[in-house]
Amino acid sequence: MQLQVADSILVQNYISGDEKSLEILINKHNQRLTSFIYSKVQDRAITEDIFQDTFIKVIKTLKRGAYNEEGKFLPWVMRIAHNLIIDHFRRNKRMPKFQGSDDFNIFSVLGDDKLDAERQIIKDQIDNDLGLLIEELPDDQKEVLVMRIYKDMSFKEISENTGVSINTALGRMRYALINLRKIIEKNNIVLTN
Amino acid sequence: MEQIYPRHQNKCKLVKVKPESVQLLLQYSKALNIVKHKELTFESNLN
Repeated sequence: MQLQVADSILVQNYISGDEKSLEILINKHNQRLTSFIYSKVQDRAITEDIFQDTFIKVIKTLKRGAYNEEGKFLPWVMRIAHNLIIDHFRRNKRMPKFQGSDDFNIFSVLGDDKLDAERQIIKDQIDNDLGLLIEELPDDQKEVLVMRIYKDMSFKEISENTGVSINTALGRMRYALINLRKIIEKNNIVLTN
Repeated sequence: MEQIYPRHQNKCKLVKVKPESVQLLLQYSKALNIVKHKELTFESNLN
């Protein structure tokens, strides 16, 4: 009885503009309401959401002055929470959530082919290192390799641009790769992703 | 004898929402302003 009287006084104070009373009310019923919601939905995040939605409704109703259940604050709040829990399950029924099980996980079929942050950093480092190694090559070989790999030109286009025959361009490309491998092996450089 | 007691006796904590959630509600309450005019009710959020 004492608890109900205290609640109604707090509600009255809150309606009169005392924000502190709301804090007391929330903290007072926090555990009971959270346990109630959690016992139904069995999920912490959803519990938090429903708890917030419940009190948003409470706040709106109180501020509008539409609250008239004297002395029965907690049962009223519980009823709001109960209705929101039902809404939550209705919504989920319409839009079922797919969760992977041990036998089958959807993410083993659907993949995100983008690199994650760590792999992206590693890739950038490798690209950077490789750029430095290419700088070590003789100019004629470097020119062919850059045109072929970075500018995606065909050997015909390379021969036209550099003024050498296709066979010479091919040979330079071959030597460029051989020399790159040599530099990598000589310096024990590891380029992997 | 000691073997029969479970190790973590207080693993089950009392369930409460996070303090951030409570804070959000209090701030929402402070920001919400409801004005009534005749039959109409206006809600405004002063954020």
